[in-house]
Amino acid sequence: MNLQSDEPIVRFENVGLRYGLGPEVLQDVNFSLQPSSFHFLIGESGAGKSSLLKLIYLAFKPSRGMISLFGRDIAMTPREDLPALRRKVGVVFQEFRLLNHLSTFDNVALPLRVAGTKESEVRKHVEELLAWVGLKDHMQARPPTLSGGQQQRVSIARAIIGRPRLLLADEPTGNVDDDMGFRLMHLFEELNRLGTSVVIATHNMHLVERLGHRQLRLENGHLNVREAVKPAQSTPSPAVSQKVKETAADRAPQTHPTPASVKKPIEDDFKGSAETFGDPASLENFL
Amino acid sequence: MKFLFIGRSDLALDRDAHSRFLPWLIAFMVFLAVLALAGMLILKEVAARWDHGVSGTLSVQISPTEDPTNDEVRMGETLKILAATPEIERYEVIDDARMKGLLKPWLGDIEDMAELPLPQLVDVELKSGEHLDTTALEDRLAQKVDGVSVDDHQVWLERLVNLIRTVQGVATLILLFIAFATVGTVVFTTRTGLAIHREAIEVLHLIGAQDTYIAGQFSKRALMLGLKGGVFGLVLGVPTIASVGYLARRMDGFLLPSMQLQPEHWIGVGILPLLVAGIAMVTARATVMRTLARML
Repeated sequence: MNLQSDEPIVRFENVGLRYGLGPEVLQDVNFSLQPSSFHFLIGESGAGKSSLLKLIYLAFKPSRGMISLFGRDIAMTPREDLPALRRKVGVVFQEFRLLNHLSTFDNVALPLRVAGTKESEVRKHVEELLAWVGLKDHMQARPPTLSGGQQQRVSIARAIIGRPRLLLADEPTGNVDDDMGFRLMHLFEELNRLGTSVVIATHNMHLVERLGHRQLRLENGHLNVREAVKPAQSTPSPAVSQKVKETAADRAPQTHPTPASVKKPIEDDFKGSAETFGDPASLENFL
Repeated sequence: MKFLFIGRSDLALDRDAHSRFLPWLIAFMVFLAVLALAGMLILKEVAARWDHGVSGTLSVQISPTEDPTNDEVRMGETLKILAATPEIERYEVIDDARMKGLLKPWLGDIEDMAELPLPQLVDVELKSGEHLDTTALEDRLAQKVDGVSVDDHQVWLERLVNLIRTVQGVATLILLFIAFATVGTVVFTTRTGLAIHREAIEVLHLIGAQDTYIAGQFSKRALMLGLKGGVFGLVLGVPTIASVGYLARRMDGFLLPSMQLQPEHWIGVGILPLLVAGIAMVTARATVMRTLARML
């Protein structure tokens, strides 16, 4: 990964956002995200978490202030250069936003095709990634026929297929129970260890406290940064593979503290995928 | 199976109801366009032929009297004046034999021309490019000769050519309207498509699709629908003009010289569906690009 520069991936300076003539939903937002960082974006429902994410993934223009993405001032960037920036940002949308008329395969392939990747390459990468998220048997299924958890994995796969430098996830644990939530978090942490910066918007404080990481807190439209409660994982080292495996192994029991009766439906959801979903080896093969 | 230029589409455009009626509309428009264009090309030919064939000629007519000798004298005077007119290239008295031939369709075989009070006619051809003031010529002749008149065919020719030009203009207008209607229809269907697929388009946009990528899906679709409709319209239109041409040819080509399309005209007619499909494609593309330009 070419993240050798210390230049922030995202930088907000005095950013304000209002919808129409309404009050500012975001006021004087200042922060920057370093390469390979991991952040939680927290705040009550309606605090502007989604709005802030939308500013980062270039769905909106700020009403005021400066946003720079990968070192480029968005306001000064010609419109035709924006798609290239968007391709470096993977987004797991809150409501997934999968295209229902396309198969799982085509949904995940979308970012590659949009970027003009050769079809043979597309096939190779998408099949690998779908195997990794445990959806190999559902490649031709349409999203409406998948369960919520499966759709979520499709949407994550679509977000990371283009090897983004920044991954944004809006309430990825909103519709799943804690156990699934932790699995997803481990997935995001693994991506982060391999160099991707991650921002996860959530109001699940249980998760946030358990995992530590830096917090971006939104309150009344203002953003405060709170440092990690416990030291975040160090940057990847040559020995990372081994370490990651250990970590994953350590965590495995922790993530299943619930009684078997509760665990059952989750296991169903992950049928055939439990061994690959959290397996960093296959993740590394992919990346 | 992936047909050469249908390719893969990320938007379910083929399932939209409006994409089923677009080929029909285009078929009708191409049908009308084929008729209008064929009519225009044929009339252009006819007008050119008539105009070319009749202008540059005039006829001088000397009304007959009881006295053949007087008629001879008047003819002699007339020819002298014509010979002295510099714009005239050539003149020829129409003799009895030719007169008989001209009258035959109406009067049948005439035994004795002298019994009929026929005027004497002189066929005059002007030097090419020269313009002759026919009234001045008529005045000069009238000073020396009684009962002479000059007919330069302009009255009926002008009316005829004007009529043809008008019909031609109407045909051109129809072609223009068809083009406008095609553009309007495609703009409308494309906007509907954009509205229906707004969510998918937004996802493509946020995923990093260039506007041209999204517009390409719409324009490809419009091209295919346009070709489909266009070929169908052509299939309807060609037999129609062919049968009109056939009926016209049965009229001995007397009033309607060459109601027939030339080979190069057939090419023009054949290009129509491609042209309409092309208009549909470009319109769809422009519509999508304009709409997307409003997104960040």
